[in-house]
Amino acid sequence: MPNSKDGGKEDVRNVRLRRRKIGEQLRAIYDEVASEPVPDEFLRLLEEADRNTTNPDETSS
Amino acid sequence: MNSPKTGDSAFKAELTALIPHLRAFARSLCGDATLADDLAQDALLKAWKARDRYEPESNMKAWTFTILRNSFFSEKRRSWRRQSLDPEVAEATLVANDDPQANLELLALRNALARLPDDQREALILVGAGGLSYEEAAGISGCAVGTIKSRVSRARKALIVILESDLTGFNSDSEMRATDVFDDLMRQAQELSTNGTP
Repeated sequence: MPNSKDGGKEDVRNVRLRRRKIGEQLRAIYDEVASEPVPDEFLRLLEEADRNTTNPDETSS
Repeated sequence: MNSPKTGDSAFKAELTALIPHLRAFARSLCGDATLADDLAQDALLKAWKARDRYEPESNMKAWTFTILRNSFFSEKRRSWRRQSLDPEVAEATLVANDDPQANLELLALRNALARLPDDQREALILVGAGGLSYEEAAGISGCAVGTIKSRVSRARKALIVILESDLTGFNSDSEMRATDVFDDLMRQAQELSTNGTP
């Protein structure tokens, strides 16, 4: 196999490129959600929990 | 025992700023948008209730991620574990931008992610997308740094294998329309969610 050395180099390069591309796409998938506006539900829940904290007779439902 | 009020409001501000990350991490773990938000809200409230146990100088993102992933992995009775590719997410991916090839590739990656073992997917998301160090990811997952490194490495290799076989399938028939590819991916995800339960 006279070309095996070059072929090996090429493979390593391809794997690196693929890995980099997958990395970029993974971040794109994550960032897509992270950059969405936070749904009101989340803020409302936290506000409610905070109000219950200041109110001493918090009931754990 | 109770933190002073000022501590609470600083904690609350920092926690609020982390909500987008909780949602993104949850979505990566469980794939389904509605279930993911349920999981993220659960983690948000658990974090708030546990705020007295938070050490101010530590990394709050890693701390909240730990709470979230522990819920995901421990509460098996909850539907969060139903691993599947959300049809709405998949459709949104297909129309996300003008480049059909890029859309297909993203959809294929989402599908491949859903087929990874939970621990490998978690490690890859934390390190590869969530911007956490190997050390932080190990702390979150409760395992050794070497374990995280090997999970990330196995996850990458597995993704490449899955993507290779998927994309080869797509390209072998250039007439295959996006909706056919979509149907095919949904079928795979369906099989996965019915067979994949331990």
